[in-house]
Amino acid sequence: MESLLRIDGLEVSFGGLSALDAVSLSVRPGEVLGVIGPNGAGKTTLFNAVCGFVRPAAGTLHWQDRALPWPRPHQLARLGIARTLQGLGLFPRLTVLENVMVGATRHARAGFASALLGLPRSDRDERLLRHRSLAVLRELGAEDAAGRLPGELPYGVQKQVALARALVGEPRLLLLDEPASGLSEDGMRELGEVISGLRERMSVILVEHHMDLVMRVCDRVLVLDFGKVIAYGTPDEVRDDPLVTEAYLGDEVTEGTPAPADTAAPAAPGSREESSRA
Amino acid sequence: MYFINLTLGGVSSGIVYAAVALALVLIWRATRIVNFAQGGMLMITTFVALGVIDATGSYWLGLLAALVSGFVLGAVVERVLVRPIENGPPMNAVIVTLGLLLFLQAVAGMVWGGSPRSFPPLLGIKGFTVGDARLLLSPSDLFVIGAVLVVMALLVLLFRVTPVGLRMRAAAFSPEVARMFGVRVGRVLTLGWALAGAVGALAGVLVAPATFVGPNQFDAVLVFGFAAAVVGGLDSPPGAVVGGLVVGLTLSYVSGYLGSEVALLGALAVLMTVLMIRPNGLFSRTSVRRV
Repeated sequence: MESLLRIDGLEVSFGGLSALDAVSLSVRPGEVLGVIGPNGAGKTTLFNAVCGFVRPAAGTLHWQDRALPWPRPHQLARLGIARTLQGLGLFPRLTVLENVMVGATRHARAGFASALLGLPRSDRDERLLRHRSLAVLRELGAEDAAGRLPGELPYGVQKQVALARALVGEPRLLLLDEPASGLSEDGMRELGEVISGLRERMSVILVEHHMDLVMRVCDRVLVLDFGKVIAYGTPDEVRDDPLVTEAYLGDEVTEGTPAPADTAAPAAPGSREESSRA
Repeated sequence: MYFINLTLGGVSSGIVYAAVALALVLIWRATRIVNFAQGGMLMITTFVALGVIDATGSYWLGLLAALVSGFVLGAVVERVLVRPIENGPPMNAVIVTLGLLLFLQAVAGMVWGGSPRSFPPLLGIKGFTVGDARLLLSPSDLFVIGAVLVVMALLVLLFRVTPVGLRMRAAAFSPEVARMFGVRVGRVLTLGWALAGAVGALAGVLVAPATFVGPNQFDAVLVFGFAAAVVGGLDSPPGAVVGGLVVGLTLSYVSGYLGSEVALLGALAVLMTVLMIRPNGLFSRTSVRRV
């Protein structure tokens, strides 16, 4: 298998405004791909396209070297794609453990009938899910919170829970949407170690603002600006790329670059879902 | 003694309102729809039960038929009528479920006629005696209370300790996120309606010996079930049970001490009091979550 996920020529537009323009990328098995870019560059939109929350106007997707139609949200778990959300999206009235157990849904086999009749299969399923979920919480150091409701917990712990919920399904591809936001220095260091440790088990796409984290844990980095890929390579290559510096520092754009001016009008503040959310 | 009897009567009728309320709560939690057709659905399934009892002579087969037909009816209603309007304005759902209620009542009138029929209780309806006092509690009442409690316990188990129940709760709170983690939200909603259909069917069979069976015989039960669900907060199964008991007891005390003609006013007073003090019901933890 050459690439786990490959995307070619992805285009997404919202009401005629181009949010992603000819974006291509690939993620190899066991690779951590960083996606960076200024607010409104289209990072979250990229995730939303992969997750089926927005329908691409164009572009193809290969999953394990096989062409697939763009997945719908309910197909993600079966494909082996899990995602964390910027807003975490934890279930408010489920305990932490139950939240994580929902993430392992695809491992639960017993249907409603066996649950209703109290058949051993459902019981076994339940214990298996519980066991597996506790193990993941333990791995992330959040097992003490297992019986609590998410709302009672500090933000950092909630983030761990959201990560545990994504990990427990043992995805092949994990999409992390700004996992470091709101974390302390220590929290960020731990997160870096966790992400690095995931390599053996899965590929990761990491959308993140914290450059040091991205540069530290990512094998390759893709830089988006105004919906276009302006750089794609190893952290060192990307760091030295003048286009990236321009995008981040807002230098004047020279001729011949993929000019943000093309899309400057539609990219007014607030017109991209990311900038309005940030 | 009089007080004890009023209490016993209130509990045994309240537990039926609790079952109806529970059916409404199951549907509200799953789809955020108030199912006005619940009374019509349980009326149909009680007719089915009556037919099976008449044909076979077995109460248990009749009860089983009611539960199964309620389950199927709930699922079919969700799939066929509710699914297309689920994302529309809430008023659409109100109109559809009210329309379904009228439709079911009309169909029942055409098929079974308009005059109420009697429904056999499983056990005797003569009250127990303590010394020389006769209690307002019969073996039949005990069966009603027991049956509802058993079903509630099963539902609690289903929701609390099975993966299916976990998925149902997750989908009720945030369907989009649940879907992303592989929860088949559509199936879960259908299941919620089906379970509500079965619970409503149970309530119908249990209350039928007292109300008789006819197209409009369950209207009052439905209204009290609504009151119970609203008192409990619409979102909470334990709330539905407490709400049912509160409404049952209120009706019983008011009609016992003040006269049965003001019983309805008593129920209304409870409803208004609760809504003024806790607008979201006794057991709601959050305010309106729907966006």
